[in-house]
Amino acid sequence: MRHSGFSTLLYKEVLRFWKVASQTVAAPVLTALLYLLIFSHVLEGHVKVHGVAYTAFLIPGLVMMSVLQNAFANSSSSLIQSKVTGNIVFVLLPPISYLEFFLAYVLASVVRGVVVGTGVLLATFWFAPLTFAEPWWILVFALMGGAILGSLGVIAGIWADKFDQLAAFQNFLIMPLTFLSGVFYSINSLPPFWQQVSHWNPVFYMIDGFRHGFFGVSDASPWLSLAVVGACLALLTVFTLNLLKRGYKLRA
Amino acid sequence: MSAAIRIQQVSKRFGSTQALDRVDLEVQQGEFFGLLGPNGAGKTTLISALAGLVRADSGSLTVMGHDVQGDYRAARRHLGVVPQELVFDPFFTVRESLKIQSGYFGISDNDSWIDEILENLGLASKANANMRMLSGGMKRRVLVAQALVHRPPVIVLDEPTAGVDVELRQTLWAFIRRLNEAGHTIVLTTHYLEEAENLCTRIAMLKAGRVVALDTTANLLRRFSVHALRLRTGGALPAELARDGAESGGWWSFPFDGFDQVETLLARIRAAGCRIDDLEIGKPDLEEVFVRVMQGPPQGQAN
Repeated sequence: MRHSGFSTLLYKEVLRFWKVASQTVAAPVLTALLYLLIFSHVLEGHVKVHGVAYTAFLIPGLVMMSVLQNAFANSSSSLIQSKVTGNIVFVLLPPISYLEFFLAYVLASVVRGVVVGTGVLLATFWFAPLTFAEPWWILVFALMGGAILGSLGVIAGIWADKFDQLAAFQNFLIMPLTFLSGVFYSINSLPPFWQQVSHWNPVFYMIDGFRHGFFGVSDASPWLSLAVVGACLALLTVFTLNLLKRGYKLRA
Repeated sequence: MSAAIRIQQVSKRFGSTQALDRVDLEVQQGEFFGLLGPNGAGKTTLISALAGLVRADSGSLTVMGHDVQGDYRAARRHLGVVPQELVFDPFFTVRESLKIQSGYFGISDNDSWIDEILENLGLASKANANMRMLSGGMKRRVLVAQALVHRPPVIVLDEPTAGVDVELRQTLWAFIRRLNEAGHTIVLTTHYLEEAENLCTRIAMLKAGRVVALDTTANLLRRFSVHALRLRTGGALPAELARDGAESGGWWSFPFDGFDQVETLLARIRAAGCRIDDLEIGKPDLEEVFVRVMQGPPQGQAN
């Protein structure tokens, strides 16, 4: 019986990172744990945000940052590796549509993001009393944020011809956007100018909305965050699908 | 019955290079077809266009009657391509690679066919080995296996024997021949011309993106190549004889069309008083045809 190649491509993309889970899951969980230990050691007792103890405030930020960074890493590194080694041809020869291609890579990225995020949560939640005030927001922002970064990963993986180009994309775009998004602080604590700047960073809304799900309070309204994140996702989806449809750098 | 492959007026330009220039080609079902040409002639571009890896600037390509752009799903299901580059996915074992490839084509329970391919390609003992652990020759076999998982009626092999040892070549050709006998259409590119001569019933030669010869292998050999009487003599040949032949490495070569000419030639040599030390009759081969076709000016579409 014939089915669509989509499910196999999704399965293969998940299997790919799962086979090297020590690098793709355990390592980012450890990194997040180290951030937590260092920052909470320095700042716990000094800082309270929205009336929440600093460590508790930090945990959702670290979880979401891990979701986002790993979602990006999954699609981008899979694609660049396949392009550089040439085995991308195995995916291009079968009857897989560009829509199926997009969905498989993005969903696998979301899976990796959620797996790592869950790992970070499990490794950190017993450091501070954590609440799950409005859990639906947690899920919605994790999935949408993962999809946005997974989609960016598809773009970066297709655009980059070499690993250092991908590293540049990651270091000069993804890292600043995620670090300057309120993972480690509330943007209300920033000077007015930087508060304004942060409001132009879509990652801020992903983290803020995600955090709202835990504490029921946030810098921005979760509905505004949802609108911004939803618009970003829609825009990126259209852009990425258009690239794939044209066969940009994949089908000359 | 639709042609296995129909290529009509296909052109493709990469920057300033005209990779394909109004190529017309038709391969019938069940043929064993050879696509020959020097490096850069456009063979791989043509195959890539057929496989949807490259989009032609103009013209149309069909596989078993399915347009490779408009009806790409059906076209790709009917086509199996063995790429020229030795590519593999280092994350998986041989069997995993083949199961995944089957899944891409929408086939979930393919184990018995996978076992059959593994057996036929001498890969059965490596089924559970990781791709990274395989030798180059073994990786090449897996590439062939991956192209066959969905039992494509049309199989394209892009230089499958480049840098491959004798044993694999023989295993591979025996298997491909069986597939051909079972009705699969085979298209082959190779630099080993004796392979093409032995295997292919029809051949197209490409040069600078154009088809410069297209005929049955037998006709090409007849048309472009001739028999030659090759001999080594004790003394120098008189000028009137030397004019008709060519000397290389102590051997004189005299081309002839019919065997009755051999007698005349030998009589002339005897009459000139030359002693013949060694003598053989050279058969026409595809290499000679190839060299002649490539040296000649582009003739447009032959045939």
